[in-house]
Parts: sequence; C-alpha cells; structure tokens
Amino acid sequence: MAVEETRIVTKFLRTREKDSWTFEAARKHNKAYSALEKALKMDPAKIVEEVQTSGLRGRGGAGFGTGQKWSFLPKDIFPRYLAVNADEGEPSTFKDHMLIERDPHQIIEGAAITAFAIQAHHAFIYIRGEFGLGAERLQQAVEDAYANGFLGTNILGSGFDLELIVHRGAGCYIAGDETGLLSSLEGERAMPRIKPPFPAVQGLYAAPTVVNNIETMSTIPHIIRRGGKWYAGMGVNKSTGTRIFSVSGMVERPGNYEVELGMTFRDLIEGLAGGVRGGKAMKFFIPGGASAPWLLPEHLDEPLDMDRASELRTMLGSGAIMVFDQSVDPLLVSWRLAKFFAHESCGKCTPCREGSGWIDKVLYRMAHGLGRPDDLDLLLDFGNNIVPGLNAPFAQTTICALGPSTMSHVVSLERCFGAEIRARLAREHAQRAALEVVSA
Amino acid sequence: VGFTDADRRRAKELIARYPHGRSALLPLLHLAQDRDGWVTPEAMEEIAGLLDMTPALVLGTCSFYTMLKREPVGKLIVSVCTNVSCLVNGGPSLFEGLRARYAEDDDVFVEEVECLAACDLAPVMQVNYEYHGPLTTETAVDVIEQYQRGELVARTVSGTTVGAKGGST
Repeated sequence: MAVEETRIVTKFLRTREKDSWTFEAARKHNKAYSALEKALKMDPAKIVEEVQTSGLRGRGGAGFGTGQKWSFLPKDIFPRYLAVNADEGEPSTFKDHMLIERDPHQIIEGAAITAFAIQAHHAFIYIRGEFGLGAERLQQAVEDAYANGFLGTNILGSGFDLELIVHRGAGCYIAGDETGLLSSLEGERAMPRIKPPFPAVQGLYAAPTVVNNIETMSTIPHIIRRGGKWYAGMGVNKSTGTRIFSVSGMVERPGNYEVELGMTFRDLIEGLAGGVRGGKAMKFFIPGGASAPWLLPEHLDEPLDMDRASELRTMLGSGAIMVFDQSVDPLLVSWRLAKFFAHESCGKCTPCREGSGWIDKVLYRMAHGLGRPDDLDLLLDFGNNIVPGLNAPFAQTTICALGPSTMSHVVSLERCFGAEIRARLAREHAQRAALEVVSA
Repeated sequence: VGFTDADRRRAKELIARYPHGRSALLPLLHLAQDRDGWVTPEAMEEIAGLLDMTPALVLGTCSFYTMLKREPVGKLIVSVCTNVSCLVNGGPSLFEGLRARYAEDDDVFVEEVECLAACDLAPVMQVNYEYHGPLTTETAVDVIEQYQRGELVARTVSGTTVGAKGGST
C-alpha cells in the first residue's frame, strides 16, 4: 500500500493553496475560530486538562508536554504572558515557515485559546526577521482577527481580553531558544537565561510565561474541536498525534510531510519523499535538525517516536530530516554545522563561545585535507568540556542547548564513521609528509 | 537626516504596543533600517532618546542581529544560504558565483547566510527577504536583474513551487 500523509494541521492549507491564508477563506472553508468560540465557553482549567489528555508534546524541539508546561504556572500570579515561538532557525526545518505563510488564522486561534487557558491578556508571536511574506500575512491575519472580534477586548462577548502582537526578530538563531526569545522580546541581545527559574515562573518581564512553538499552537484548535482523547488515539506510545517533518537534502521530493507518529523513517524518506535522489545509496541522515546526532541506513526501519529516538541516542528535535548520499563527505557536513554553531553562539557561556570556534577551526582543516592524525580525538577531548561524557542525552556545561549542539555532529562522526575518518586523516597526513620530503 | 515627526509618531505607536517600552527596540531598529537602508548612528541616538536608554545599549542590541546593518549595503540585499541542505545542492558555488559577479557593484550586496528555512528550495537565496530557489548562478542573476529593472517578481510561497513539490497537491 502506498504510504500516505495524515493531514490535520496542514489539511486546509494543502486543499486551498490559492487563498488559505485569508480571513474569508479560513472562516468559510475551515471553520476558523469555531474552536475559540467553543473554548471560551469552557473552564480554562478544563482546556489545560484536555490538552494534557491529548498527550501533545511541544513541536519546537524539546518535546515537552504542552499541557504540562501550562500547568506549571504558579497560581494567582498575574499578569501572565504567552510568547509564540516563530523564530524557526534550526537548520533544515521549514514547517513553521509554511504554517505562517499559509494558515496564519489557525495559529492565531491556537494562541487565543492558549492565552485563555492560561489567563494571559498579552500574547506575542515572535516571528523570524527573514520571513518577509510570513510577517506580512500574519500581521494582516491579526488585523482581520481584531476587526472581526476574535482578538481585542471582550472577545465574542466572553469578557476575555487579549492583545496579540506580531514581533519581528532581526536575524538570530538563538532567539529561537525559549529564554533567548524572551531576552530578545525585552529588547536585549537574545542571550538565553539560566534555568531555574523557568519561564513558567519568571519569564517575560519576570512574570509567568508560556513559550510555545507555531506547530504546537496550530494543533490546539483541532484538540479543542475534537477532544484530547481523539488526538491521543493517533501516534505511538508517548508520541501522540501527527507531526510535520521537513525532509530535505538529497531526496527526490524535498518538502513538508505531516504524518502520524510511529511511521518508520523509511516510509517517510522513501515512501513520501521519494528516497535518495537518482536512486543512489544513502550514507547517513540527520533525524531532528542540525542539533540531532546522526543515524545510518540501518536505522531506517525505526519508528518516528520521540522516546525511541532518545534510546538511539538522538532526537526527533524540530522534525527536520536531512538525507545524504554516498558522495557526501561527512567531514564537510560536520564542518559546515560547526561553522553555523560558531556563528550563532551568543557568547554568554565560555565553553560554547570558545569551544564552538575551535571546533570550527579544527573541522575546517580536517574537511580540507589538512587534518592531523589525532584531530578527531582532539575534538572529542576538548569537546568533553562542553558535553561531559559525550553521550546523548547530552550533559552540558552551558546555559542553553546550543553548547551540546556544537558537539552533537562531532560525536556522530565518531559514532558513525570513526574508523573511516581516522584512517583518512592518517593517510592524508602521510601523503603531505611525503610531499614535504620531496620538496625539501 | 533625523527622524521626522511622522517617524516619531510611528515610533511612539510601536512603543505603546508593549507593556514595557524597551520591547519596542527591535521594531524601532527595523523602522530606522526601512527608512535609511541601514541603521545610522544618528538613528540609534534617536531611538535611545525615545526609549530612555543610552546609545551604547542600543548599539549593544543592534550589533547582535545579522539583519541589522550598521553601514550602507545598497539597494538589493542578496542572501545566499550555504547551510547543509543547500551545501549538498550547490549553495556554496551559487554564493561564490554571485559574490564574484557583484563584487564591484555597490547596489547589490551579496551575503552568505545561515539556513533560511526553505530547504525544499535548495539552493535558495533571498532578495530583500523574498525567497527564490532552486537556483543556478545564471538563473539567480536573472532574478536579480528583474529586481534591478524594477519588474514585479513573483513571490515564492512556502511549499508551493516546483522545487518544493514535496507534499503539495
């Protein structure tokens, strides 16, 4: 049987490509804001409960229970804030980009329901600065929602008030970290903050704050409409429901695919994305964005299950899957990731600020035929100061997860191609030494 | 030139949207950049005055973000991704090709950027933050020339184009 998507969050935007982002189409053809109407008649605590029942886990990367996160807000402390994380920057992730451009009303509805559930009267959507069209459509959608009484004061006569602000970032990966985002939203450098206190206790302006991802927000209206139990009925184990996976790299049909969790990597990569381009053999794939440790073709029959991924010492992270064929040099990929993390390290914690630059430098020479025989061991040796133990789930000596991410691909090199790389470094070193003798 | 009265009115509207004014710093820096093409030192002083901050604090935030330019960059900002999905699809040669082509052109600013979240379009570039891909150096130059001639260039919507055929129906 052909592999198929299970479209819930992406159903509407796929069926009405030409106008799915407009208020009129969303209202007329997708019952937009009907879940908000239903939610406003519910007890806020019941909404939190319903989302807990659904088993929905955050779609940004960490995979923390959404309802559980909401339930951590301390009682009776107000004001509270909702910050929606639309600063999609994890390399090879492009699902939120699509949701923002093509179904902004679903996001606004989810955010409004969430704000009501946690009793926040101010919500912010922090959108990545580079999303020009996305910001334009989202802003228009917010204005339409205000004009039609779905945002603002006394929404639909419920007595609930909500101000929703679209806030544009300005080019910064670490603003996608939940506390980095809050720093940025406060007008600071987007430097992550030490936890605890967690944002639920002291977040934006030191007030209780929930930070949720765009895909998470987009899922909420469906859970309210059809119930937590319905959502929990999909998926596998503790990974319930569907997820959008961004498949890219060397595949026939790169793109976003929404599938029920529990599908195998093989069905997703080969069945939906058409397999490796040109029918070539796969060398390796990255299962959850640049920060996730790599997997090999032998793992293709593993299920898309967040906890199973942890057992395999990696993660489904942001749902970005990058596929590489046999022609790709893993050292080159690793170096490019190192360069990325060195560029995006905010500079707050010493191990990451210094370490990310050194990893970049050493990997550069390794990938460009100038490596020394013990370079991989050198990387693992000083990398141990960023990620003590060098084993996922990563321990870290830094405030945020960017630290361990700088070493994730190095650990993968050792795990997947250690012998191959050591042999190559030794060979290249011997060749250079021979050349030096000749030229001397 | 400094902020006009209209700029100041717009700035005050932005500040009023937030529970704490300082949150308006990035929107104000965007406002300044949209106006002048880059964030001038005068604009930073103006913003500092509006938010009751020192200009050094404004610079501190401004200099952290790659989209905020602190020197003139020309009319077209061409951002080419070379991160991994673009790396294995020709991103680096696209970047090098465009950089060489426009090295002497003050109006076209070619920069290498990190993942633009459009890997289904790899190799991808943005021109003034509008997406284009997948590209070769030749087709990219073609697109840039359309902008230079002031033609209306079709906007790319995420997941709907030829390169991004995956999943779309």
